[in-house]
Amino acid sequence: MSEKRTGVFVCHCGNNIAATVDVKKVAETMAQEGTVAFSKDYVYMCSDPGQSSVIEAIKEHRLDSVVVSCCSPNLHEGTFRENAERAGISGFTCEIANIREQCAWVHKDRTEATEKAIKISRSAIRRVAGNKKLDPIAVPVTRRAMVIGGGIAGIQAALDMANAGLDVVLVEKLATIGGHILQLSETFPTLDCSQCILSPKMVEVSRHPKIKLLTYSEVKEVSGSVGNFEVKILKKPTFVDAETCKLCDDCAQVCPQVVSNEHDLGLTARRAIHIPFAQAIPASYTLDEEACLGLNPIRCGKCKDVCEAGAINYDMRPETITENVGAIVVATGFDLYPQEKILEYGAGNVADVLDGLQFERLCSASGPTQGHVKRPSDRTEPKEVVFIQCVGSRDPAQHCAYCSKICCMYTAKHARLYKHHVPDGKAYVFYIDIRSGGKNYEEFVQRAMEEDETVYLRGRVSKLHRTKDGKVRVMGVDTLTGQNVEIDADMVVLALAMQPSQGTADAARTLKIGRDKDGFLAEAHPKLKPVESVTGGIYLAGCAQGPKDIPETVSQASAAASKVLALLSKPTLSHAPTIATVRNSHCTGCEMCVTACPYDAIHLENGKAVVNEVLCEGCGSCSATCLRAAISVRNTSPMQVHEMIEACLSL
Amino acid sequence: MSEQTYEPKIVAFLCKWCSSAGSDLAGVSRIQYPANATPIQVPCSGSVSPMYILSALKKGADGVLVSGCHIGDCHYLEGNYLARRKLHLVKELLQFVGIEENRFRMSWVSAAEGAKFAEVVKEFVDDLRPMGPQEKLKAKRA
Ligand SMILES: Cc1cc2nc3c(=O)[nH]c(=O)nc-3n(C[C@H](O)[C@H](O)[C@H](O)COP(=O)(O)OP(=O)(O)OC[C@H]3O[C@@H](n4cnc5c(N)ncnc54)[C@H](O)[C@@H]3O)c2cc1C
Ligand code: SF4
Ligand code: SF4
Repeated sequence: MSEKRTGVFVCHCGNNIAATVDVKKVAETMAQEGTVAFSKDYVYMCSDPGQSSVIEAIKEHRLDSVVVSCCSPNLHEGTFRENAERAGISGFTCEIANIREQCAWVHKDRTEATEKAIKISRSAIRRVAGNKKLDPIAVPVTRRAMVIGGGIAGIQAALDMANAGLDVVLVEKLATIGGHILQLSETFPTLDCSQCILSPKMVEVSRHPKIKLLTYSEVKEVSGSVGNFEVKILKKPTFVDAETCKLCDDCAQVCPQVVSNEHDLGLTARRAIHIPFAQAIPASYTLDEEACLGLNPIRCGKCKDVCEAGAINYDMRPETITENVGAIVVATGFDLYPQEKILEYGAGNVADVLDGLQFERLCSASGPTQGHVKRPSDRTEPKEVVFIQCVGSRDPAQHCAYCSKICCMYTAKHARLYKHHVPDGKAYVFYIDIRSGGKNYEEFVQRAMEEDETVYLRGRVSKLHRTKDGKVRVMGVDTLTGQNVEIDADMVVLALAMQPSQGTADAARTLKIGRDKDGFLAEAHPKLKPVESVTGGIYLAGCAQGPKDIPETVSQASAAASKVLALLSKPTLSHAPTIATVRNSHCTGCEMCVTACPYDAIHLENGKAVVNEVLCEGCGSCSATCLRAAISVRNTSPMQVHEMIEACLSL
Repeated sequence: MSEQTYEPKIVAFLCKWCSSAGSDLAGVSRIQYPANATPIQVPCSGSVSPMYILSALKKGADGVLVSGCHIGDCHYLEGNYLARRKLHLVKELLQFVGIEENRFRMSWVSAAEGAKFAEVVKEFVDDLRPMGPQEKLKAKRA
């Protein structure tokens, strides 16, 4: 047998490790290990000289394997494996002993910490003694991408990727793309109209030869992994052929079924057959099956009779569509925190108490009042309006602990828009703090105060109720003067918290990607991987990942798109070779591993287990069930683990 | 050995995706906890064979911890379900051979739960201390 020659490199990490762990002693003790041919300590292993010294030592001392005792493998495993490759040995013969996060930083006693660092390092040395040289497995990549969610985030990501030449499938749950922006009137900080920002992009999506648009569709099943996902999508029937529909509105004119219009957040009504709004993409009417009197059997049939274009087809059925893609961007957006949960402000039952999106609709030229701000209750122009910030946000005891980030800005915008519509009106804003970080944001809020004479009151509103003369009495405090404040307002607008949309929760479950404590999609690293999910090949964009405004949403979407483009720029991806392998002589063909494998990666051939290299993710579930120790993950064999256990108990 | 001087030795199998990352977070947040547990990073809690637990006890561990992702959050879809089912049997086995079943513990610690990881180790050490050293399975070394 050839003799093992491992090199051990113990890092001081400045004083981060050395302050608690006697690094010299660790290096000296490791030099005594039978398989160790070289051992040293150094102040910063990851620095340029540190890395060079690893390469030199490998060459000079003919090392065949390396252990670096330093920080978490999440930080520098890649770095040192690359060094190993550069010195001409396999990267997979390099292992990290985490003596910083899991040792130096969590213990104070120098003796104890040093002992533990020795055990951790020794365990890595024993493991590496059994490591084999491995080469990454090249897996062919499907060079197409999917975007889930067609708000501004999804639209931006899809366009960026398509314009770079990638084929993109854009999946949107509703009958049109656009998302919440289309409900907005003007947008801070420039007060440009939201439709003018978005409509051209929506048209570009619909005409783009590289984008396949699936609206009224939801992802139901995802299998495969980075580079090769297979996605099953359920497309609901719209009962209207989008190509043939002439947008004449004849059908809606005769439809007897009236339901609340979601686009106007219940401020108007629509028919069962409808177009969400004039600029919808795809440009077509949609028959809402739930609102319809009945299609099976046909209970009404009026719309079909009246449609001269012959666009309506009651025989459409749900379709399951399968798409193969290499990467997925999740951009499923937000919902407002439900007003029903805000008991102190009437739980949504007090007339003329609106949420922010409803107020946007009232200000919008395409809204229910054609841009004239009027009270929903009696259609009069409100002369006093109270805006309340932080409703549901920053309230860990009852609602959401987090700051929704955009409400200070949109409330200032609301106050300004209101004053532009009703110059003799009075606008009050109750706030806790004003958070207006962002280019030109603070100036925007100052203008709301100075130019538009909005009265800012620092304090919470404790409750509100309807008075006999049709006003909404708002009771709060101004903490700056210490006075109680009571305002009989004509209208109240609540800046409700943003929460992840229901569709975000659904998508996270289907894709098996994590969510944070508030339900937003979890990024792989809060600073360094803000658009990656923990799962390879799945990226995040927009408010599904956390509250943000349009500029930030667009930036994140473009970032996600560029990550996908980089990932799919090569014809193959490398798949970690640390996957399961079978010792044929030991395998009895009992199929225990076949049932245990979550990826269906094992099948029997001639009575022996065979692992599919591409499907296997190296989880090791098989090895833990095999009674004959016939199957194990490469470089984590049972022998190696037993050796590591022994090392962990060696002092 | 008296209770004051006896320090339980623990082998802690931490899954790479959640619990190992959670213990890294404990480090980054400088949350202090006892040095009794030496970590072994494994791909998934589902890859921890009952043999490993017995092996640790045989090699002189006073306690064995297996920590994985929360049920439903497994990086490998369902590995931690397998872990839970399989390792439940380990407890019965330990009882059968006359070892306190509490010498073996499972916990679910996510990558965001640094404080929880520290708490898990602290509690385990506190619970092991009154039990004294584990001698039953420990191989008598020549
Ligand atoms: C009252 C109010 C005023 C605002 N004013 C401004 C402003 O003036 N300026 C500014 O910069 N920002 C403003 N914003 C913020 C802005 O609306 C958001 O930043 C932006 O809409 C986020 O876009 P998004 O694509 O991430 O999410 P969304 O707009 O929510 O889009 C998500 C899309 O995904 C779809 N979807 C959800 N789940 C699924 C699923 N499972 N499958 C398929 N599709 C799915 C949805 O139907 C939707 O079309 C305001 C927000 C509010 C609430
Ligand atoms: S569990 Fe082990 S013995 Fe049984 S089929 Fe799989 S590898 Fe072979
Ligand atoms: S390690 Fe085993 S159980 Fe896990 S994916 Fe590979 S073959 Fe399947």
